[in-house]
Amino acid sequence: MGMKLEVKDLSFSYDGCRMIFEDISFQYHTPAVFSILGANGMGKSTLLKCIIGELKARSGSILIDSIEVGEYSTRELAKKIAYIPQNHYPIFPFLVIDIVMMGRASRMGYFSNPGKEETEIAMEKMEFLKIAHLKDKPYTDISGGERQLVMIASALTQEPELLILDEPTAHLDYGNQYRFIQLIKKLTLNGMGILMTTHYPDHPLELKGVSAILKNGKMDVVGSSEAVITNENLTDLYDINVTVETFGDKKICIPGGPYGELKR
Amino acid sequence: MMNRRLIKIGLFFIFILLPMIIVVVSLMIGPYKIGPIEFYYIIIGKLIGKELVDNEIAVKMIWMIRMPRVLGAILVGAALSVAGAVFQGIFRNPLASPYTLGVSNGAGFGAAVAILISTGSITSHFLIQTSSLAFGLVAVGITFVLASKGRRSTVTLVLAGMLVGSLFASLVALIKFVADPYEKLPQIVFWLMGSLSAVTYEKLMMILPLYIVSLLVIFLLRWRVNILCLGDQEATSYGINIKLYRGIIIGACTVLTALVVSIAGIIGWVGIVIPHLARIIVGPDFRKLVPASFSLGISYVLLVDFICRNLTAAEIPLGVVTGIIGTPIFIYFIYKGKVRWE
Repeated sequence: MGMKLEVKDLSFSYDGCRMIFEDISFQYHTPAVFSILGANGMGKSTLLKCIIGELKARSGSILIDSIEVGEYSTRELAKKIAYIPQNHYPIFPFLVIDIVMMGRASRMGYFSNPGKEETEIAMEKMEFLKIAHLKDKPYTDISGGERQLVMIASALTQEPELLILDEPTAHLDYGNQYRFIQLIKKLTLNGMGILMTTHYPDHPLELKGVSAILKNGKMDVVGSSEAVITNENLTDLYDINVTVETFGDKKICIPGGPYGELKR
Repeated sequence: MMNRRLIKIGLFFIFILLPMIIVVVSLMIGPYKIGPIEFYYIIIGKLIGKELVDNEIAVKMIWMIRMPRVLGAILVGAALSVAGAVFQGIFRNPLASPYTLGVSNGAGFGAAVAILISTGSITSHFLIQTSSLAFGLVAVGITFVLASKGRRSTVTLVLAGMLVGSLFASLVALIKFVADPYEKLPQIVFWLMGSLSAVTYEKLMMILPLYIVSLLVIFLLRWRVNILCLGDQEATSYGINIKLYRGIIIGACTVLTALVVSIAGIIGWVGIVIPHLARIIVGPDFRKLVPASFSLGISYVLLVDFICRNLTAAEIPLGVVTGIIGTPIFIYFIYKGKVRWE
């Protein structure tokens, strides 16, 4: 069981001259957390958009369960993968319950409207995420952290095998970031695959799983999060001194190092 | 509990009873008035196939003059409001209207050309209707071709629609300039203002089949319009093939609009104001918004047409009055913050 994602020699360019990334290869198997680290503008989001089929790679291939992503219909792909973009701009004050139910679209008849079954599934997912009390609120009126959970609930009603998250913690406060990481742990334990980009190396350390570093169009460092997130790799990636320390049971990153010096 | 029941009764009145009442009033009242009892017997007589009233003028007035016009108002109001609601959602733009993609100016050009070359015979009505329908669709076709280059976003589509619309508006101006100012020009101007006075059963029958199919498509896909409102990326992630669904839904709305423009000319503001009003009452969910716009649109156009017919002896064109009433309502919505748009 589980889903297999294989990326082989993937290259992408927006304009045909400047390559965003080149010859990226990795393999991933759900359920586990796969975190992609990289500095700003290194093509992390672009890579995710290639995987969900929104952008077409220049060369190379992306296989989901040994079938090219391009061969899937939008509907079939939605049963495998749910994608939550970094920024979502809500325009209409749809109710939270209605947004969550939209996740069922790929599993319903072409002309049918959501009914009792869809409502039950939506409520079940919202209870799992402890946001059931929000169901009748317009999702334009809730906080950014709550909206993030609504989008996750909606993705869960899709019942995908892999959840792709583009910097899911970027807009969350400190407490919500921690809660969100705990939620991801819980989702993985329930068999969900998570592929996410992040700017916080502490998060992959907390989540364990696999991490990769995307730098200068290459993804040379891939491995267990503990092996990838080291002093040398982070210092090299962000061009500042970073010290990874063990503190109790946990590993944490200290930007600038423990003694107050900022530049390398 | 009590509150809920009151709301239900209120909605029933607004969306079901109100249009019915306006239909009845529109059939009864005009320069020639028909009393309630007489009206009742004329309707029953028609239903059981007997002449119960010997006032032939009243019978003819209802079935030959007022009925086609009322039916025309119903088709126009329903189509423009539903298409407007859907376009505002899909284009994520509060000012989008059924005419956003250039259909109105295209149709106007088609009608103007037909009026210019027609010789005033009976076939000319048919010619004007066909020509406006054809050019309305051609204009939207050009819009789509232009928008298919580049990034294919909804923004490109709206932009292309504006450009094509302006082009056809200029062409209409050119035709007005060359048209005979005594005979043809007034006809063109009158057509462009929009009116239901020339609607006949034949015209209605001609558009009805396509009209019903288009409306049915929108009605069946209305929940999916909700998903398209979230944006391209989100909709795709939910497993909606946006190119296909957007194409079908926009196509259906365009055909619907072009059909009613071809029988009644350009009737502005219905497709902008009514969807907003409906959204204020039932919320943004298209499962409710489509039926609500449908019903309110019917009431609004019937009401405005009723005013047009009865206010003055010389009939004011419908399209003028919908604008005069519609714009202040819209300004009021914006002023009161009722147009909720994040």
